[in-house]
Amino acid sequence: MRPTDIRVPEYFHKVVDCQWACPAHTPVPEYIRLIAAGRHDDAYLVNWESNVFPGILGRTCDRPCEPACRRGRVEEKQAEKPEPVAICRLKRVAADNKGDIRARLPKPAAKKNGRKVACVGAGPASLTVARDLAPLGYQVTVFDQDPLAGGMIRTQIPRFRLPAEVIDEECGYVLELGVEYGGGKRIDSMKVLLAEGYDAIFVGSGAPRGRDLDIPGRKEAARNIHIGIDWLSSVSFGHVERIGRRVVVLGGGNTAMDCCRSSKRLGGEDVKVIVRSGYEEMKASPWEKEDAAHEGIPILNFLVPMEFTHRAGKLTGVLFEKVRAEYDANRRRRLVPTGEPNQHYECDDVIVAVGQENAFPWIERDTGIAFDGSGMPVLDKVTMQSTHSKVFFGGDAAFGPKNIIWAVAHGHDAAVSIDKLLNGEDLKDRPAPGVTLVSQKMGIHEWSYDNAVSLDPRFKVPWAEPSKTLKSIKIEVELGFDPLTGFKEAQRCLNCDVQTVFTSRQCIECDACVDICPMDCITFTSNGDEPELRNRLNAPAPNLSQDLYVQEGLKTGRAMVKDEDVCLHCGLCAERCPTGAWDMQKFLVEMTRAGPGCRTRKQERKAA
Amino acid sequence: MTYLAKPRLHHPTLPLNKIGFTRRDYEGQISTLCAGCGHDSISASLIQACWELDIEPHRIAKLSGIGCSSKTPDYLLGNSHGFNTVHGRMPSVLTGANLANRDLIYLGVSGDGDSASIGLGQFAHVMRRGVNMTYILENNGVYGLTKGQFSATADAGSKSKRGVANTDAPVDTVSLALLLGATYVARSFSGDKKQLVPLVKAALAHRGAAFIDVVSPCVAFNNHVGSTKSYDYVREHNDAVNRLDFISGREPIHVDYAEGEAVSVAQHDGTVLRLRKIDRGYDPTNRIAAMHYIQQHQAAGEVVTGLLFVAAETEDLHAHLNTADVPFNTLGAKQLCPGRAALDKLNASLR
Repeated sequence: MRPTDIRVPEYFHKVVDCQWACPAHTPVPEYIRLIAAGRHDDAYLVNWESNVFPGILGRTCDRPCEPACRRGRVEEKQAEKPEPVAICRLKRVAADNKGDIRARLPKPAAKKNGRKVACVGAGPASLTVARDLAPLGYQVTVFDQDPLAGGMIRTQIPRFRLPAEVIDEECGYVLELGVEYGGGKRIDSMKVLLAEGYDAIFVGSGAPRGRDLDIPGRKEAARNIHIGIDWLSSVSFGHVERIGRRVVVLGGGNTAMDCCRSSKRLGGEDVKVIVRSGYEEMKASPWEKEDAAHEGIPILNFLVPMEFTHRAGKLTGVLFEKVRAEYDANRRRRLVPTGEPNQHYECDDVIVAVGQENAFPWIERDTGIAFDGSGMPVLDKVTMQSTHSKVFFGGDAAFGPKNIIWAVAHGHDAAVSIDKLLNGEDLKDRPAPGVTLVSQKMGIHEWSYDNAVSLDPRFKVPWAEPSKTLKSIKIEVELGFDPLTGFKEAQRCLNCDVQTVFTSRQCIECDACVDICPMDCITFTSNGDEPELRNRLNAPAPNLSQDLYVQEGLKTGRAMVKDEDVCLHCGLCAERCPTGAWDMQKFLVEMTRAGPGCRTRKQERKAA
Repeated sequence: MTYLAKPRLHHPTLPLNKIGFTRRDYEGQISTLCAGCGHDSISASLIQACWELDIEPHRIAKLSGIGCSSKTPDYLLGNSHGFNTVHGRMPSVLTGANLANRDLIYLGVSGDGDSASIGLGQFAHVMRRGVNMTYILENNGVYGLTKGQFSATADAGSKSKRGVANTDAPVDTVSLALLLGATYVARSFSGDKKQLVPLVKAALAHRGAAFIDVVSPCVAFNNHVGSTKSYDYVREHNDAVNRLDFISGREPIHVDYAEGEAVSVAQHDGTVLRLRKIDRGYDPTNRIAAMHYIQQHQAAGEVVTGLLFVAAETEDLHAHLNTADVPFNTLGAKQLCPGRAALDKLNASLR
């Protein structure tokens, strides 16, 4: 194998599994250490810089970081069910316990640069664009049909998961940067908007249309059949305050989970979720399914809705066909009727939460913005630019429904593109992220981080009493970690950003690191091809998604090969190394953001 | 050393041996030796050997004297019996323990100061008597605990860290062990676990005095240019005579050797030691030829390693003394006090 070039930013970035998995690349271990140190303000700002909505995400994020967390691969006790660090809920610890951080946020630009940017929709993607661009002097206007900013964060996530104050606070931080908010103004025509002279337009209008279920009885019983996201939105704005006693929620995604739990709080006593697929394949996050189960909501699987039954214009129930999953040679699933008699579930209301669709009726097809066959805009995946050079897309509007953290990531990318576009630069010429790698050695056996490995299992987030929370849609269910539990959970973090850095010319090949490594990660052996090398290390390295760190130049001609997969970053290799050939160095990647940093060097020099 | 205990977490694929333990279960306390000490690698080899042999930890007694080397039994086999004796007196305490209970596996760990200086007499006699034990000598050529004076095994002409040459002749413990009748004599290097682990395994299975001299660089005081016990020197001058593929007699033999490439030596318990020759002319079953070879190559500055001598048919101290078959503590009152008739018979035999 070729020796690893650790100057390539991606190499060590990939070792920080959580950060690599996060669409916005939030430096997770960095803020978790700050939480452990009680520096909640700093932890919050590290988050805010990267993901804009720490308090919101700390309650609602889809947490792509957690399945990636190395903890899940190294814990023996939980081998059956990996227990990652509660990264998401630690973010909330920072948000809940911080002081007033407003003085530390960027100020509105003292001098505007004369460029106007419009953002359509006030969801997470648009607000990220606004956050990145407004302090640079851009005059950003965010339009939304709703009077308050937040988009789907406000309309689709129920208040018992996310209190309104948190949304107000974090949307407020963005709007206070000198962003103009056109609330209650629905954009009906892209042509009109283009004609208003904006230098760039960002479309972050989400995936606003809930998919309907066109089966017999849909029209006749329409009064008691609700579309999930529309219903949640009506609940959110207080237009809907009650639902029938017996409720059936159709669909297996997170929206369905929000619908059933909301129903439970609005008078639904007998609430069921009924899903076509099996429990495991449901799209909802595992923890959201657990939360629903916790509130006594049964989830019934392998039932395909056939008909809404009704009497005298009133819904009486839903008829289902029982199916089972069959897989073909390509592991493609097919739902096959079992032949059992159809099942009828009586109910007073049905909520249909079977997916969302994008819809751009307001974008005229002759504006120069091309759409593909499925009605989605044709975009550059890196720059987020549409076929109209001034128009950018992000969030659910870009590639279909994803989640908040992806919307934020799109927002950052689009902001960079807009900044480069309006500075006359090539959008594709994007500087690599800035990287710092600094030794953490403080003394002979002292590091700037806690290198002792906690053996605690994951701590559970406390919940408010169900007797209270089920009574009101506005009482938050999760209470968040208290600072002490937050500290203990933070200590479970393995500090994967503190990298093991090896310098061949200092190594005397004494084997001390090999002997001490608790995970048998390090091997000194003759170099070879990767597949073969992976099999003859001190412990096999079958996880191909994790790189081997290879360094040559040793006196015996062997190579040092380290499997990054299950390294605990405990630093024992560096502590046992007599010559300092191993060092623990903190890797911090600074993502390229809109502003001078994203512009090419050549121009910077010119400017200087 | 380190302030941290080694985390209990281990690699997900870490295998279990036949009695259900991982290698990590054979570890001891965290080492307090200097970072990079060869002794820690020897500890790791001992752990590996005991794990591979499926030895129940409580069947091992580890004894040591005084010195860096003699601290190491604390860093391995945390669930075994241990005895840290007086300086240089490990062999006599171990002999006593062995006489009292022959059922345990005796592991003596010593250093060059403990064995070649203050304990040289004890070393000689434990070899002569054929005490059934594995004697590991962690040999770094310096007194590390007192900051690096030459020890008795330092080669004449080798230089101290401050550049002073040693003028005394070295004690060659391998030659001494051969001369004194040890039935298993090997030398290895802490930096070569592939060689050391099988040697330890065969030594643990050997009946009689099994001696392994392990060159173990002292990173703090004897790992410089001019030292003959440094990592670089040993790697450059390592003359391995053979490679031991330790194969138990109970398992089929997988390795094929061409004619004249291997030597097999059957041991008392039915196990067979298979040696892959590196030096074709070397015969590890010939004591006198071995002594000659070692002297010759050492004079040329080579560090001769491998299984240097092994006797096929061996007897140990218990056979020499015709002792009871079971440990003293399992003998009942009747056997210990056989009564008047037995005493009369004994007295009559002495008249």
